[in-house]
Amino acid sequence: MPAVQETVEQVRLIDVDQYKYGFVTDIESEKAPIGLSEDTVRYISANKNEPAWMLEWRLDAYRRWLTMREPTWARVDYPKIDYQNAYYFSQPKKKLASLDEVDPQILETYKKLGIPLQEQEMLAGVVRPEGERRVAVDAVFDSVSVATTFKAELKRAGVIFMPMSEAIREHPDLVRKYLGSVVPVTDNYFATLNSAVFSDGSFVYVPPGVRCPMELSTYFRINEANTGQFERTLIIADKGAYVSYLEGCTAPMRDENQLHAAVVELVTHDDAEIKYSTVQNWYPGDADGKGGIFNFVTKRGDCRGKNSKISWTQVETGSAITWKYPSCILRGDNSRGEFYSIAISNGRQQVDSGTKMIHLGKNTTSRIISKGISAGKSNNTYRGLVTAHRKATNARNFTNCDSLLIGNQCGAHTVPYIEAKNSSAVFEHEASTSKISEDMLFYCRQRGMSAEEATALVVNGFVKDVLQQLPMEFAVEAQKLISISLEGSVG
Amino acid sequence: MNAEIRGIKTAAEQGLATAFAGARDTLPGKGAVAALRDDAFKRFDAAGLPHRRVEEWKYTDLRALMREAKPLAGPADIRKPADIAAILSGVDATLVTIVNGRLAPEWTDKNASDPGITLLELFAFLAENTDYRLGQMPGHGDQASLLNTAFMSGGVGIRVKRGAAERKPIHIAHVFSGDTAAAMYPRSVMIVEPGAHVTLVESFSGPNGIDYQVNSALELVIGDGARVDHIKIGYDGDAALRISTLGVTVGAKAVYKDFSFTTGGAVVRNQTFARFAGEGIDAFIGGASLLKNKQHVDNTLVIAHAAPHCDSRELFKTVLDDQSHGVFQGKIIVEPHAQKTNAKMMTRSLLLSDEAEASQKPELEIFADDVVCGHGATAGALDPGLKFYLMSRGIHEKEAEALLIQAFIGEALEEVAHEGIRDDLNLAALRWQGARG
Repeated sequence: MPAVQETVEQVRLIDVDQYKYGFVTDIESEKAPIGLSEDTVRYISANKNEPAWMLEWRLDAYRRWLTMREPTWARVDYPKIDYQNAYYFSQPKKKLASLDEVDPQILETYKKLGIPLQEQEMLAGVVRPEGERRVAVDAVFDSVSVATTFKAELKRAGVIFMPMSEAIREHPDLVRKYLGSVVPVTDNYFATLNSAVFSDGSFVYVPPGVRCPMELSTYFRINEANTGQFERTLIIADKGAYVSYLEGCTAPMRDENQLHAAVVELVTHDDAEIKYSTVQNWYPGDADGKGGIFNFVTKRGDCRGKNSKISWTQVETGSAITWKYPSCILRGDNSRGEFYSIAISNGRQQVDSGTKMIHLGKNTTSRIISKGISAGKSNNTYRGLVTAHRKATNARNFTNCDSLLIGNQCGAHTVPYIEAKNSSAVFEHEASTSKISEDMLFYCRQRGMSAEEATALVVNGFVKDVLQQLPMEFAVEAQKLISISLEGSVG
Repeated sequence: MNAEIRGIKTAAEQGLATAFAGARDTLPGKGAVAALRDDAFKRFDAAGLPHRRVEEWKYTDLRALMREAKPLAGPADIRKPADIAAILSGVDATLVTIVNGRLAPEWTDKNASDPGITLLELFAFLAENTDYRLGQMPGHGDQASLLNTAFMSGGVGIRVKRGAAERKPIHIAHVFSGDTAAAMYPRSVMIVEPGAHVTLVESFSGPNGIDYQVNSALELVIGDGARVDHIKIGYDGDAALRISTLGVTVGAKAVYKDFSFTTGGAVVRNQTFARFAGEGIDAFIGGASLLKNKQHVDNTLVIAHAAPHCDSRELFKTVLDDQSHGVFQGKIIVEPHAQKTNAKMMTRSLLLSDEAEASQKPELEIFADDVVCGHGATAGALDPGLKFYLMSRGIHEKEAEALLIQAFIGEALEEVAHEGIRDDLNLAALRWQGARG
C-alpha cells in the first residue's frame, strides 16, 4: 500500500533541497599538490611527522591499490572518478597548540553545525542534572583533527581518545598492533586507497575493565572544494571495557562530487562492548543529482573475545552515493553483533548499504534491523550477508528489513545473502510484516491491535530503544526519522 | 572484486570454442537460425563461463564446476533409453522423448487422440510457425542460455489449443543414453494459446557414473487466460552436470504454476526467467530438492512483474545431507507501473549434516510504490523439540526424523496440482529417505 501522508511530509522535510549544512567556511588552507602519486603519500606522511614504518605501510598500500580495480557490483551508477584530479590532503593553515588557538572561523562552523567544542559551554549549566550525558568531541576538519575535548578527564579514566595522527606518534605499539588487523590493507579498492592516503580520524583505546565515562564522538566536516576525505578510525575495547562512540558528517553544497573513503576498525576483547552510532548527513547533491559526496566507506568490527559485543546504529540521510556495509566478525564464542539502520534517500541519491554478520565462534548471535525509505528519483538498496562457518555451532541470526517507497519514480531493493555451513545454525530472514515473534504479535493482537499495528509497535519499539540512546545533538534528527511510520512498507 | 579479469580461457571454454567451430556447419537450421547461433556464441565467448564474480552465478561457479567440455552428442547417438516409464510411473501422459538432445520419434506418442495439441520436431515446428521468433524469451541473454542457443541440436515444438478441460499431461523426457560422456543441448518451444489448459512435465534422467553434460532450454509462451502447470523433474545420474533454462512469458489473467523437483545430478542449476506481461496473473513458482553426497543444486529465478494486479508466490525447500550444497537465488522485480503487485517469496533449507551448506539470496527490486512484497529465508537443522515430541510418543528416532523431513518437503510438494504427479514425487522423496538409511 502507498505511504501515509504523515510519512510523506516527514521525508519532505529532509529532502535534498532542504540541506541545512551546505555553507562554506572561508579560511586559508594548505593542500598537498593535486593528484595521487607516491609523492602525495610521502607528503601526507611527512606532514604528520610519521615514523618510517607508517610511511612504508602507506606506500605498500598505495602500490597494491595501483593493481586493483574499482568494484562494480553495487547497485549504484556514477561517472568515473578521476583520482588524479583531486586533493588528498588539506588542512587549515594555522598550526594549533590548544583549543584556544583554533581559528574562530572553524569554531563558528562547528557552532553553526551545533557541535560544542568548548568544554566550558558544556559545563555552563547551573546545576547539571544527575546522569546527564556528556560527550567528548574530536572534530575533523577536512584532513586534520582541529580539536578534541575532555582529553584530561578521559585520561584520568585511562581512556585514550585522540586524533589518529597523534596516536601514531604517542602510542605506536597499540596502533601497530591493531591498525589494519580488522580491515586488511588489501581488503577492497577504497579501503586500500584509504590505507595509502588516510589523513586523520579518531583513535580510541579503552583499557580492561573500564567503562568509558562519557560518549565519544567525532564530527567530520569536509570544507575545501575538490578534496577527498579519508579518515581512519580505530577503536579498541580491551577486556570488559565499554565505549559508546558517535560520528556525524556534513559538507558544503558544491557542484562537483567529492570522495569520502573512510575506514573504521573496531576490536572488542573478552566481555567488551562497543556501540558505534553514525548520523551521516553528507551533502547529497541537488535535486538534479548535481554534486554531492560519494560515501565509499569500509566499517568492520571484530568481536575477538568471548562474550563481546559490537553494535552498529546508522541513520543515513546524506551523500549522493552511499556504499557502506558496517560488519561484525563474530570470532569469540558467545559474541554478539547488531546492526540497526535507517536509510532515507531523496532526489537522485543512491544508497547501497547493509551489513555483514560473519559467524565464526560458537553460540554467536546477530540481529539486523534495517529500514529503507526512498523518495524522489532515488534508489535505496539493502545488501546484507549472514554467514555461519563450519565451526559456528548454534549461530543465530534474525534479520528484518522493511522498505518504503514514496512516489513511483524511486526504487527500493533488498539483496540478502544467507549462507549456512553449520546445521545447528538458525537463520531467519524476513522482510514481510508477518512474523517477528509470533508470541509478541499474538500478545498485541489479543489486546485488539491489528497485525500491522502490532508489528509496527514491535519493530519501532526496537529501533527506538537504540536511537534514544543517541546523545542530544543527534537526537533531534533521529527523532524525526523515528516518527516515520512503518505503514505501507514492503519487504 | 578486485582481481584482474584475464583473457585466458579455461580448458572448458577452449573446448566449447573448438566444438562450435567444428559443429557450426552441421548443426540443424540455416539462415536466421544459423545467424542466431553465431551471435549467441560470440556473446558467450566474450564473457566465457560464468564464475563467482558474476553476481547471477555467485554460488555456482561454472568455471570451477565445469572443468571440460564434453564432445557433442551426434545424431547417431539416438538409442533406446532405459526405463522412461519409471520416471512417472503412476501417470498417464503423452510422452515426448528427447534422447541425447534430439527428438526420438520411436518413443514419442503420436498423440492423435488430442486434436488440440500439435507436436513437431523443433526445427519442423519453426518452419511451420515462421512468425515465432526463437531466442527472444526472458533470460535469453544469460550465459548458459546463450550456450544452448549456440549448440541447440533439436527438441520439440508444441502448440496447445483451447480444448478438452481434462487433458493428459505432456511429458517431455530428456534422457542421456550412452557409455561415454557427451554433451547435449536440447531446446524446446511450447505455445499455449489463450484459454487453453495444459500440464507439462519435463524430466531429466541418465545413468550413474557418467559425467555427461546437459544444457537445456524451454521457451514457454502462455496466452491470456490460459492455465499451465509446469513440473521439472531432475533424476540425473550422480556424475551429471545439468543446466536447465526456462524462459516464460505469461499473459493476462493466466494461471501459471511451476515446480522443480531435484534429487539427481552432481551439479544442477534450474534457472527460471519469468515475465508477467498482462494484468491479473496468478502465479506460483516453487521447488523441492533433496541432496546428499557432494551434490550441488541451484534454483535461480528472476521474476519480472511488468503489469499491475499480479499475484506471485514462491516457495523453495531444500533438504541437505552429507557435504551437499543447496543454492537458492530468487529475484522479484516490480516494474514502475506494476502497481498492486502482491508477491511473496520464501526459501527454507533444512541441514541434516554439519558439512552441508545452504546459500540463499531472496532478492527484491521494487520500483512501484503501491505493492505488497515480502520475502523470507530460513536455514537450520531439524527442530529438536519436534523430534523429542515424536520420540516421546514411542516413535523411533530415525522414523521421527523421516516424518519431519517428509513434512518439511511435503509443504512444497502440496503445490503440485496434478494428483498422480504429486504422489510420484512424494514417493521419490520417500525413496530418497530410504536410501539415506
